[in-house]
Amino acid sequence: MLKITDLHASVGDKEILKGINLEVKAGEVHAIMGPNGSGKSTLASVIAGNEKFTVTSGSVTFEGEDLLSLPIEDRARKGLFLGFQYPVEIPGVSMANFMKIAVAEQRKYKGLEPLSPAEFLKLMREKSAIVELDSKLTSRAVNEGFSGGEKKKNEIFQMAMLDPKLSILDETDSGLDIDALRVVATGVTRLKRADNATVVITHYQRLLDYIVPDYVHVLYKGRIIYSGDKSLALKLEKEGYDWLINDYKE
Amino acid sequence: MLDICGVLFTYYNRLFGEKLLFLRDFRIMKENSQDIIDSLESREYQYGYTTDIETHTLPKGLNEGIIRAISQRKGEPEWMLEMRLKAFRHWQTMKLPKWAHLDIPEIDFQDIIYYAEPKQRKKLNSVDEIDPELKRTFDKLGIPLEEQMALAGVAVDAVMDSVSVKTTFRETLAEKGIIFCSISEAIREYPELVRKYLGSVVSYADNFYSALNAAVFSDGSFCYIPKGVRYPMELSTYFRINAQGTGQFERTLIVADEGSYVSYLEGCTAPQRDENQLHAAVVEIVVEKDAEVKYSTVQNWYPGDKEGKGGIYNFVTKRGICRENARLSWTQVETGSAITWKYPSCILAGDNSVGEFYSVAMTNNYQQADTGTKMIHLGRNTRSRIVSKGISAGFSQNSYRGLVKIAAKADNARNYSQCDSLLIGDKCGAHTFPHIDSANRTAMLEHEATTSKISEEQLFYCNQRGISTEDAVGLIVNGYAKEVIAKLPMEFAVEAQKLLAISLEGSVG
Repeated sequence: MLKITDLHASVGDKEILKGINLEVKAGEVHAIMGPNGSGKSTLASVIAGNEKFTVTSGSVTFEGEDLLSLPIEDRARKGLFLGFQYPVEIPGVSMANFMKIAVAEQRKYKGLEPLSPAEFLKLMREKSAIVELDSKLTSRAVNEGFSGGEKKKNEIFQMAMLDPKLSILDETDSGLDIDALRVVATGVTRLKRADNATVVITHYQRLLDYIVPDYVHVLYKGRIIYSGDKSLALKLEKEGYDWLINDYKE
Repeated sequence: MLDICGVLFTYYNRLFGEKLLFLRDFRIMKENSQDIIDSLESREYQYGYTTDIETHTLPKGLNEGIIRAISQRKGEPEWMLEMRLKAFRHWQTMKLPKWAHLDIPEIDFQDIIYYAEPKQRKKLNSVDEIDPELKRTFDKLGIPLEEQMALAGVAVDAVMDSVSVKTTFRETLAEKGIIFCSISEAIREYPELVRKYLGSVVSYADNFYSALNAAVFSDGSFCYIPKGVRYPMELSTYFRINAQGTGQFERTLIVADEGSYVSYLEGCTAPQRDENQLHAAVVEIVVEKDAEVKYSTVQNWYPGDKEGKGGIYNFVTKRGICRENARLSWTQVETGSAITWKYPSCILAGDNSVGEFYSVAMTNNYQQADTGTKMIHLGRNTRSRIVSKGISAGFSQNSYRGLVKIAAKADNARNYSQCDSLLIGDKCGAHTFPHIDSANRTAMLEHEATTSKISEEQLFYCNQRGISTEDAVGLIVNGYAKEVIAKLPMEFAVEAQKLLAISLEGSVG
């Protein structure tokens, strides 16, 4: 589904991704871990198309198609979803309206008519239940005045609404208490199918108690330096990164 | 005139059963259908001024002779001519106001034609002949096809021959005793009413442009709502300068008698072009005891091109006076004109009266706007509320200018002001000039102001959800302006939202 080959990206003169290789297949869950500043969020941003970063070399394909040549919105419409670490507020724009437009754009891209208001409301009700999102939140402005937990639930709600093929969740667990973490993680698990895939970026193993990854990768200084299965996350939790990164320290 | 009929008809269709949208000039209603068809057939391309001065137009320049000629042509009574002359003599002693944050090119007032008969536009034969740029804008605004044709001047067959529409329309108003007609007609037909109120809120001596307007106003609207009549529909002037040729110096007078209510709409969202560059309108509103007036404007005059060439200079004086327990609410969405100079104001003369001002002013490219309001609290327990949302993009300059004045006798006056500015890009300017002048210790005044930008993060977030940058900007701007848009009547609000998005095209990315 997603194939990243020798991806280099920089912001200004500073190279942040220094040759990433990663392949994600349908039905898989990947976790990307690593110390602060190793390039985890940059990787998510570059895949989504954030123009803050410049791709200097390498390729990213999504279902066999060159992703890097597509504008951000087309990547999204093709089924790429980014769960933001810091979701932004859009004052005055209701969550329902925002989703209505997003869903309609995606359907238009696929050549489908927009949903009728009744169909749309039904969809919203169903999907907000998955993350136990208070239905009142959908009539409020996008992320405005949402608590940290509500913002993260809201990201997963949007993921549910848009039903992406590939979801990249950037530190969705940060700032969540244990109840919210459980709700968010359960939501993600419930959305998992054989034909979609999830990449979870996280600092902590605790999220992986709920979202069980097939692969765990350690990103350090812009490279994936180690990959393993779920047990790697547990080991990192216990022993930290030092045993892995010592070889790479300057 | 024919354009107007077309517009009337399509609006009637769209809104029938809920609301009627009314047009300003009733003269068209008096024509029977055969006249309309005849004039349609005989209507040829008559662009520009003809040489027949007697019947069509007066020469350039301004002097007492011109003013007498205007008055005579309109068949005005002596007192009206006197008012005009008095205004003109005063205007000659006045200087152009320079205090606004505007860069106004020199205007030669002797190089303007002050009176011209309505000009006819070139007749188009089909939709295909509509300027593609204009057509695209119409489509984006969601204006129905038949209405597009009417607006662009395409010959619409006999669809406008709908006597029943006109009859219903006239009857509805007549039943209620409402007078709604052109100001010229009102001066002839209802001289006592007009004489009593005209100039009572905006004196000719008020400012340079109000004096000019009082001297030379060509036409405008008059509206009188009798005592106790609460008119449930929207009264609308669908300003069509090209169709009517009276837009340059509009004069509007609205009188809401005791206990009455009216909601009045001015303007339209369709782009409006005019070869007259200078516009100096005056709107006066009298809100008698216990009455309420809602005045909504969508202003979309030609703003000039992307390099700032051309565009309308819009210097408007709008003011209303509220008697006891009266309420006046101004709502404006300003997206057009090269230069806007406009301060719809409320004089809260009566005790317990309420004034409101809700404004969205958007400037793009090289547009300039200096707009705001004055809330003059004279009565006790008077309340006012100001919500101003400025949006600047491109190289434009956008200023809010406001005055809240509390007179010594205005015990317990209250004002709440909120002035927000939204910047798009880094080459534009947003400015606020709030003035507060209180002579009463019991007054309570609140002022809040914010300045914000559309952030890259917001755009990225929207893009990542599949929303294009252009749509995202429209969405964010409409969210920002929501509080004001929500004050507009429904059908206006929907079009105004689209208008905001369209006016920003090309300003980001």
